[in-house]
Amino acid sequence: MINSTQSDAAPQGAANFRDVATAHTPFRTGRLLLWLVIAFVVIDFGWIIANNEGFGWPVVARYFFDPTVISGLYVSLGLTVVAMILGVVVGLVIAIMRMSNDGLAKGFASLFIWFFRGTPLLVQLIFWYNMSTLFPAISISIPFGPTLASWDTNSVITPMTAAIVGLALNEAAYMAEIIRGGLISVDRGQAETAEAFGMTKGRALWRIIIPQAMRSIVPPTGNQLISMIKATSLVSVIAMADLLYSVQSIYNRTFEIIPMLLVAVLWYLLITSVLNLGQSYIEAYYGRSERRNAGVAKVEAATGEANH
Amino acid sequence: MTVIDTAKPLVQARNVHKAFDHLEVLKGIDLDVMPGEVVVILGPSGSGKSTFLRCINHLEAIQKGFIEVDGEQIGYKLKKDRLEKLSANGIARQRRKIGMVFQQFNLYPHMTVLQNIIEAPVGVHGESRKDAIENARQLLQRVGLSEKADAYPRQLSGGQQQRVAIARALAIKPKLMLFDEPTSALDPELVGEVLATMRDLAKQGLTMIVVTHEISFAREAADRVVFMDGGVIVEQGRPEDVIGNPQHPRTQSFLSRFL
Repeated sequence: MINSTQSDAAPQGAANFRDVATAHTPFRTGRLLLWLVIAFVVIDFGWIIANNEGFGWPVVARYFFDPTVISGLYVSLGLTVVAMILGVVVGLVIAIMRMSNDGLAKGFASLFIWFFRGTPLLVQLIFWYNMSTLFPAISISIPFGPTLASWDTNSVITPMTAAIVGLALNEAAYMAEIIRGGLISVDRGQAETAEAFGMTKGRALWRIIIPQAMRSIVPPTGNQLISMIKATSLVSVIAMADLLYSVQSIYNRTFEIIPMLLVAVLWYLLITSVLNLGQSYIEAYYGRSERRNAGVAKVEAATGEANH
Repeated sequence: MTVIDTAKPLVQARNVHKAFDHLEVLKGIDLDVMPGEVVVILGPSGSGKSTFLRCINHLEAIQKGFIEVDGEQIGYKLKKDRLEKLSANGIARQRRKIGMVFQQFNLYPHMTVLQNIIEAPVGVHGESRKDAIENARQLLQRVGLSEKADAYPRQLSGGQQQRVAIARALAIKPKLMLFDEPTSALDPELVGEVLATMRDLAKQGLTMIVVTHEISFAREAADRVVFMDGGVIVEQGRPEDVIGNPQHPRTQSFLSRFL
């Protein structure tokens, strides 16, 4: 009723007012209030942190670039890189084994994933570190035959190797599932096409399937990498001088626990932030074929403007 | 160039049986395709025509009978009177002389059109990159898509994608081309451009086996039309006979739907 009266009574120019191009957003008072409240809380919180002596900001600043901290940082970063690379490589192999038609390979892969995902990483690390209790010596020998070479386990499994092996195998179990999910997400027709064109399985995987699977593998792998940075702090329990262990060794001497932990926290945050940036670049790279008409649209827009 | 023995069939299928679990899809197919011949397979959905095509390059393994392409039994090798199953890589080697075009195009979405075309020639056939690119550009010209060499598949229409897929299959210089319902996933107005490309190929003497629902294509381009139903070949012969004057009641009822 009201509608019909309005449209009946509408003057000639009414159509212009109904054009959405003339619409404006009304002022939202509630939103402004919310912003003000949040800003107040944030400023207050910042003020508390800045003025609480316990945080010991001068101590944080003094130790931020301390040689012990920096060398611990290098250890953490190095461990992350090495364990991650090994984890991805082993994970890829396990994923392919799990997807194969061969019962033996499939069984082994399932067992691997089941074990390394099913036990805590901390326990695995301590296990590797104490390997010598189980096997005092590591040797290469012909089964039930002569021994060819032998090493003392304690000289092989140093904190460094225990940390790398522990982190990498655990990571491999998770990466295997991530990679398998990515490989499954690729359209079945792609593998079939590669097959029809006479590609070997390896080539089809490397050239056709994996590049397409990357789009769904990269985001969770970024997550894993960030988890890995933080997981390296666990190696401090096996006396590996990583970032956390370094700050601990300092505060055990100076008792400045909170400031030293803040040093570690800030470094961890800094690294993960950089990684986040890197991840978005990689995602953009693997999504490039997805951006439909990206180049064409630009050209069209340009010619469109020229026509006006 | 390879010398083709014109007296001998390029494809020989004998008593081909195929079942998925307990569902029998092919119940004894016999078919010879001569070099340079264009064979169009017609038939209702579920007649087994696509499955038969996929058996020819061993995308599906058959359970009985044999299929030979260019004198080689695909998927197997005769060793001292015993037939041995080939390894995956052995089969891959045999497939290299067979080109295939799929219903869903199946272009590699992460590669440009040009990369799609040169992938198999460079990576599988060991052609030099330079030769492969040159050949790819000629093929693109042939299918009328020269200006799309650097586009990604997603930026092309369905008809253009299928023409690229045809160029990609031709790039390996196949002795035999298999077309699996190449126009079934296309909008009606895009079917014509793909069929025109295929008609050109037929005229140039390429050996083709085409599974399709396009009766008009069968009538114009086929040397022989094969009508399949229920996993067997019901009727085959010259297009004017099979399409113009079908003898079998099942062929008649199938074709009547297109009149």
